Amino acid sequence: MAYELVVIGTSWGGLHALRKVLSGLPAGFDLPVVVVQHRHRDSDHLLVSLLQDHTPLRVCEVEDKSELAPGDVYVAPAEYHVLVEPGHLSLSTEEPIRFSRPSIDVTFESAADAYGARTIGIVMTGANDDGARGLRRIADRGGAAIVQDPSTAESAVMPTAALRMVPEAKVAKVEEIGKLIARLQARQKAAKRPALASEPSRGKPAAGGDGAPPRETR
Amino acid sequence: MHKVAQPPLAYDTQLEQLEIELLLEAIFRHYGFDFRSYAFSSIRRRIWKRISAEGLPNVTSLQERVLHDPQVMERLLLDLSINVTAMFRDPGFYRAFREQVIPLLRTYPFIRVWHAGCSTGEEVYSMAILLEEEGLLQRSRLYATDINEVVLQQARAGIFPLERMQEYTENYIKAGGKRAFSEYYVAKYDGALFNPSLTEHVVFSQHNLVTDRSFSEFNVILCRNVLIYFDRSLQTRVHRLFYDSLVNFGILGLGSKESLRFSQYEDCYEQIASEKIYRKVR
Ligand SMILES: C[S@@+](CC[C@H](N)C(=O)[O-])C[C@H]1O[C@@H](n2cnc3c(N)ncnc32)[C@H](O)[C@@H]1O
Repeated sequence: MAYELVVIGTSWGGLHALRKVLSGLPAGFDLPVVVVQHRHRDSDHLLVSLLQDHTPLRVCEVEDKSELAPGDVYVAPAEYHVLVEPGHLSLSTEEPIRFSRPSIDVTFESAADAYGARTIGIVMTGANDDGARGLRRIADRGGAAIVQDPSTAESAVMPTAALRMVPEAKVAKVEEIGKLIARLQARQKAAKRPALASEPSRGKPAAGGDGAPPRETR
Repeated sequence: MHKVAQPPLAYDTQLEQLEIELLLEAIFRHYGFDFRSYAFSSIRRRIWKRISAEGLPNVTSLQERVLHDPQVMERLLLDLSINVTAMFRDPGFYRAFREQVIPLLRTYPFIRVWHAGCSTGEEVYSMAILLEEEGLLQRSRLYATDINEVVLQQARAGIFPLERMQEYTENYIKAGGKRAFSEYYVAKYDGALFNPSLTEHVVFSQHNLVTDRSFSEFNVILCRNVLIYFDRSLQTRVHRLFYDSLVNFGILGLGSKESLRFSQYEDCYEQIASEKIYRKVR
């Protein structure tokens, strides 16, 4: 089973971290990426363009029932929860969950339930504990869990909370997260190659495995 | 704040989906509420909220309770209903409506507006204020409908929380309001009671977008933040209902993160503002 979805959650300090992660993704990156960043309600389009400046991938704001396309980056709109469904995204204006809307947990949990082990979840800098429960669920369903190294995070609260809930998560600096994803993908594709031989190709294999491996704490 | 209800991990997701489908089928057959084509991820969250509040282990046990105890059904109905709303929600929408739609509406001798899924009515009062200020309220009729009778009662009462008036005042100003917002309400019963003259031209009534038919022809239909709870097939069905209920060149207004892109009706409309305001053109 290959990875099919990346979900990233962040809050305080997230813009900077997101730019680094996106610009660190390998060329030809072909998974949809859903970004949940807490922020003010008037800042939607700004965030999209600030991210777009740092990546060749197409960055767009989530609209209800947006289809998940390979290599596109979907940014959660302010004041809506984003729920992952097989192949697309739904929105909800349900009450904030633990003071957050969008809630990272809501997106992560729905991703875990819709994509199971095919999900990569990433929690980065932030000043509250949103995302920890969602990441736990992704890990429980067999997906990959990555947490920004708290000592390098602008605000360590969120990654620390995530590590408390998911101690087995891989820890990496933001600069290394892109490479880490590429390696996870490559490892899986290598393992699965014989079985996939008869299936149509899912795009070119991810680059990576060349540079120094990111630091992994367990 | 209580913890988010979750299906246990051991739960097979395919089995869970089957149980949810059976539950929704049972609710439809027994009570007539049709949630079968609501967006799955969201309805699933709401169902688990009820399962854990009732202290039950799984979806099938909730089905048993719902079928044999109408009070459990009522509680589930409240959970399934997401009524979050605000006055002049997305002020840019109302500003665009004022600037681009009002001139079109002036050409009609009589204006019919349908608020589909109006919740507790904030959107309806906002529109009534806007039409009032543009001198069009006297020749308008606003039909405000929702599936949920409880929220309609609140809408009829026209009393909204005082503590939200500051936010609403800011929205009103951003929306291009022409007066002092406080002219429209008086503080009363711990709330802000809105001027009853605003609703003289409003008819509130229960209507289910899934199962009920159109009841008139409209110049304007607003359906904001309702279709997001439906799956795509149901969205398309409701878009057909709206299309059939709009006059030629009628206006359709959607929520700011909704679009016609994923429905089959995109070609029938022209977007007339950067906000989600569309005009039926064919
Ligand atoms: C989030 S509120 C939207 C309120 C308002 N239009 C706004 O944008 O602020 C969604 C409303 O849709 C109503 N609704 C859900 N399903 C419906 C249906 N099948 N028919 C009519 N209304 C429905 C709910 O009861 C709820 O009041």
